[in-house]
Amino acid sequence: MLLLRIAATHIRNRMRQTVVSVLGVALGVGFSVAMAGLMEGSQRDFTASLIDAIPHVEIIDEQRAPAEQPASAVYDAVAYHGLRPKEDLRGIRNPTEALAALRDWVQGKLAQRLSGQAVLRYSGQDIGMTLTGVDPKRELSVSKIREDMRAGSFEDLATTSNGIAIGDKAAERLGADVGDTVTLTSASGVAKRFKIVGLFHTGITTSDEGLAYAPLKAVQILLEKPDIINSIAIRLDDISRANEVAARAERQLGYKAVSWEEANEGLMEAFFVRNVIMYTVVGAILVVAGFGIFNIVSTIVHEKARDIAILKSLGFPESDIQQIFVLEGLVIGILGALAGSALGFALSSYLATIRFEFSQDVEVTHLPIYFSLAHYLIACLLALFSSAIAGYIPARKAARLNPVDIIRGAT
Amino acid sequence: MTSPARTDTPPEPPLLEARALTRILPAVVPVTLVKDVSFRIGKSEFVAITGPSGSGKSSLLYLLGLLDRPTSGQVLIGGEPTDALSPAEMAHIRLKKLGFVFQFHFLLPEFTTLENVMIPMRKLGKLSASDQLAQATALLADLGLEDFLHRRPAQLSGGQRQRVAVARALANSPDLILADEPTGSLDSAATEQVFDSLRKIVETQKTTVVAVTHDMDLAARMERRIHLVDGQIDWDRQQA
Repeated sequence: MLLLRIAATHIRNRMRQTVVSVLGVALGVGFSVAMAGLMEGSQRDFTASLIDAIPHVEIIDEQRAPAEQPASAVYDAVAYHGLRPKEDLRGIRNPTEALAALRDWVQGKLAQRLSGQAVLRYSGQDIGMTLTGVDPKRELSVSKIREDMRAGSFEDLATTSNGIAIGDKAAERLGADVGDTVTLTSASGVAKRFKIVGLFHTGITTSDEGLAYAPLKAVQILLEKPDIINSIAIRLDDISRANEVAARAERQLGYKAVSWEEANEGLMEAFFVRNVIMYTVVGAILVVAGFGIFNIVSTIVHEKARDIAILKSLGFPESDIQQIFVLEGLVIGILGALAGSALGFALSSYLATIRFEFSQDVEVTHLPIYFSLAHYLIACLLALFSSAIAGYIPARKAARLNPVDIIRGAT
Repeated sequence: MTSPARTDTPPEPPLLEARALTRILPAVVPVTLVKDVSFRIGKSEFVAITGPSGSGKSSLLYLLGLLDRPTSGQVLIGGEPTDALSPAEMAHIRLKKLGFVFQFHFLLPEFTTLENVMIPMRKLGKLSASDQLAQATALLADLGLEDFLHRRPAQLSGGQRQRVAVARALANSPDLILADEPTGSLDSAATEQVFDSLRKIVETQKTTVVAVTHDMDLAARMERRIHLVDGQIDWDRQQA
């Protein structure tokens, strides 16, 4: 307590410099907290949107390695040249069996899909579409398409065997609306008429212009793939098990199973790099604040050389002298960290209230701020570390001052 | 026939002993500050170290006070050699057994008179906070400063500041007070006050005082005088 009292007295006597140093640390901590909240908020917002938009695990009709050719099973050769690969009809066969196998152990919802390309025609206009055949009830359990519906109802696909739900932008281009009948033509030339039962708006232009949902049976007929699906979407109860579930499903079924993390690996890496950059900038801000502390503590050491000499002559060891000046740095750091935390909270709260309205869209959005105690702790710990180092360097010099030199200089 | 019981006890070691102390400042041309100085000082002695300017008086005092290390020779405090002690151990001896008074008071300007005297007590931590306060108050009262307990050094006269420095030196009831020109910056009235304070300490508390001074009148009034010339003892004698 005595050392703290001496330290506090020193910095109180240099109030203006102390306030400037405290403000330097406070600004560093405050902006760090606000920036971290904004960064993590945007990351979480983006990830949440992504997780809502895509399945947690998707099993697709592909293998990670090329399929083994019959010749390689017959001949024990080092390499094969000129083989014509065996033609195989793509798709997950026996979907009922595959789904039943997965339901035994997967904790979550499953939905089968068959996707393919088709041309949608209405009033003499053609649009290329990705047509997805779904079981509407199951699809609603794995996706958030219901929330995206702007007209009609997705559930109507279950009761309308030739129903179709298309994006609002595609409907706008065609001049079609709910209740209109459109024609879909597959790549092999099969044509079938569908009645629009719903319009959706996902906010993703490629989907809103080029994606359509129809009942699975109708799509299987159109694409001439009876009893075949080409993907199984899984929505897990526990999203953190996505990789584990994907690996097990792939081993079990032999088809490629991709977790949402694997599918967005590049994005996750980008987030990691972004966080590294952010904390580097935060660190740099606090190092600059540390220079302010270094400056004030160095000045105090210079001014208080006589006090250091007298304290040493009174019997204070070097470690005590060092502690006094490290404490001075830390006191400034603590005051700065506290003020910075308050500033960071105020700044984050203000940023969270800012709203952006985009005229071309119906959505109103705001800055996604994530409030986390960890941000405050990290920023404060970095500030205290920076303060301790900034105090330690002049403190070490103070501890090594020779009292005899100072006393001789004074007398 | 029975032999008489032995009552001999080993002689008590001197409070302070200098053994062949030499201090040379390393430089391109080394400077000898103190050369082969030896003496013993016992309890309750009032000793003056005198000599012309540059004779090594203050340098000798810093060596005796463990603020500096000799180039060769030894300082023994209470019979214990100090040359092998670590800086922290030397600091502890200064805190517990020694008290310093310098030419300039060197009081901490941000602290009151009372707080300045209590700082060594708080560092040693031997007394409770209330006892520290009582002892510091008593010390200052003994030195005639009872009306200035809560004043800062800047609000005191030169003589008062120096008496506060004496009180601070006495804070932990040391065996030895080392004073370096304690009256060097004072007028004659203040010089008398401080000198009387030091004499009183020797007489009432049986504390040894070793004071470096260039004031020959004061030195003549002390019990013993060690005179240095060119870093060496020229003479060392008891005075009436």
